[in-house]
Amino acid sequence: MTLRLPRRGLAQALALIVILMVDRVVSPQFFNLHLQDGRLFGSVIDVLNRGTPVALLSLGMVLVIATGGIDLSVGAVMAIAGATAASLADAHSLPVVLLAALGVGLLCGLWNGILVAVLRIQPIVATLILMVAGRGIAQLITEGRIVTFTSPDLVWLGNGAVLGLPTPVAIAIGMLLLTAAVVRGSALGLLIEATGGNARASELSGVGTRTMILAVYVWCGICAALAGVIAAADIMGADANNAGLWLELDAILAVVIGGTSLFGGRFSLVLAVAGALIIQAMNTGILLSGYPPELNLLVKAVVVLAVLLVQSPRLSDLSGIMARWRSKKP
Amino acid sequence: MKRLSPIAITALVLVAGFALCALQFPNIASTRVVANLLTDNAFLGIVATGMTFVIISGGIDLSVGSVIGFTTVFVALAIERWGIPPYLAFAMVLGLCALFGAAMGSIIHIFDLPPFIVTLAGMFLARGVSFLLSTESIPISAPIYSTVSDFAIRLPGGGRLTAIAIAMLVVLVAGAWLLHLTRFGANVYALGGSRATTALMGIPVGSMTVRIYMLSSVLAGLAGIVFSFYTAAGYSLSAVGVELDTIAAVVIGGTLLTGGQGSVIGTFLGVLIQGMIQTYINFDGTLSSWWTKIATGVLLFAFIGLQQGLIALSRRSAAKTARAHA
Repeated sequence: MTLRLPRRGLAQALALIVILMVDRVVSPQFFNLHLQDGRLFGSVIDVLNRGTPVALLSLGMVLVIATGGIDLSVGAVMAIAGATAASLADAHSLPVVLLAALGVGLLCGLWNGILVAVLRIQPIVATLILMVAGRGIAQLITEGRIVTFTSPDLVWLGNGAVLGLPTPVAIAIGMLLLTAAVVRGSALGLLIEATGGNARASELSGVGTRTMILAVYVWCGICAALAGVIAAADIMGADANNAGLWLELDAILAVVIGGTSLFGGRFSLVLAVAGALIIQAMNTGILLSGYPPELNLLVKAVVVLAVLLVQSPRLSDLSGIMARWRSKKP
Repeated sequence: MKRLSPIAITALVLVAGFALCALQFPNIASTRVVANLLTDNAFLGIVATGMTFVIISGGIDLSVGSVIGFTTVFVALAIERWGIPPYLAFAMVLGLCALFGAAMGSIIHIFDLPPFIVTLAGMFLARGVSFLLSTESIPISAPIYSTVSDFAIRLPGGGRLTAIAIAMLVVLVAGAWLLHLTRFGANVYALGGSRATTALMGIPVGSMTVRIYMLSSVLAGLAGIVFSFYTAAGYSLSAVGVELDTIAAVVIGGTLLTGGQGSVIGTFLGVLIQGMIQTYINFDGTLSSWWTKIATGVLLFAFIGLQQGLIALSRRSAAKTARAHA
């Protein structure tokens, strides 16, 4: 028997299905859905809802990684945007709050982009600066307290429903469609991939690599800000210390599980979001199973490795070798 | 003007920064502060030496912080609960770390997976195992711990060069020797330059990869032992986020994340720059917790910006001389 190289996306789909099946085994009501007050409830909806922040982060991150970069600051940007939104929420209308928070995200992204594209600092160090300082800025905005708010508009953003789906899920789907339309509906995606594949060659053939790099970091900042606003709206408050803490690693993980190479040059938006859902389905499964929380990280490590191994190009080679070896034996 | 090497520039930045700090707080320029700087950053220096090898070979190791955490918990449990003699416990934990690094290196090589993610899984695994061992902080009261922390070489001016600072310096010198003067080190550079070419030259890429990650994990384990001496306790949440500090120190020291370029001396300078930022903030002492974070970011940016500016300047003047000669 020979296994052929899995087609693009097959590995992720398989992994998601297997994890959902395991979730079904540990919790028999996993796939149950019921409608209440115009919103669907159930574990699957919960996976989608809880997965939204990482899915939004991965939408920005996947473009940054496609240019060969990385953005470690997204968790801190989430905290800044959440703090901004929470402190404005009760005095201003929703459009103003959203505009301010997303504007802050845009500025953060612009800062990262300038460091990487203009000053040519290595992306991991350039974004580390904002990762360290950003949480301080968020605490400065909230003056070290946890700022709570009661504005029903902003609360709706985290807990409301659109056509039966929780608002965050609807927003994430909207952002996915918007991003896909912009980068795949035009040559933009190709230019981003070209920048990541070989920046110098792209530059020489007339691609504005500097603009591309600036644009992807700005988009990443905006996506992170949106994730931060949703996270704040969800808990009706902004916690500058813990909002989005270590989510940058989950976002990078989601992108890589989605088959995007960290060296840049190619990307898939849908698979990155699938990666985010795989991570969340796993987290929810561990919670539902009732194992001690100490085991979470262990299970996560094993699942991540398993998903990676399935994708590995060498595994199909190995199975070929095994098949040959077996056929030699009488 | 001769083209300045990035290491010389980083050293220049360090000296300039130190001079500026000393202007504002004259007390910084004492052997006491400098010796404390070495002691406080001993574990960072050790783990950064291993990281330098990994990054030059074109990889990355995100698991080091968790390995430090695991080591402190394992050592504390082994000595305090299981009654294992300290030296045996150290040997056991270093052996486990070597196995762990070898496993990560093998997976990276055999399955051709990105090191970033394999070591990220390693980070979850090591942290998970240390949670499983114990979630509380375990104080270590073995006599060797007080002997080692009392030991110090007295420096003129009241500074104390502690045992763990000496350990870091020894590791740095040994690391510099291994990287710059042995065949192993040359192979590490070759691997970072191009894997395909390295394989075609007949260098065993697989065993090199395994050995590089083993080295990084063993040094992380050693850093964990040093960390347990530093805090005299084992705690599963210790050294969270240290992997990023380590990578930052290595990269500030002039090592390229794309591999093939870098040095252990540069890494040492990077560790000192990071340590100096912390020392400056501690000396200031008036900053609230959030201003501390912002100041750290601003200083990090100032150092990197200065370094980047000097490199661009020296490149430009080198190009000018080249044109003048032509």
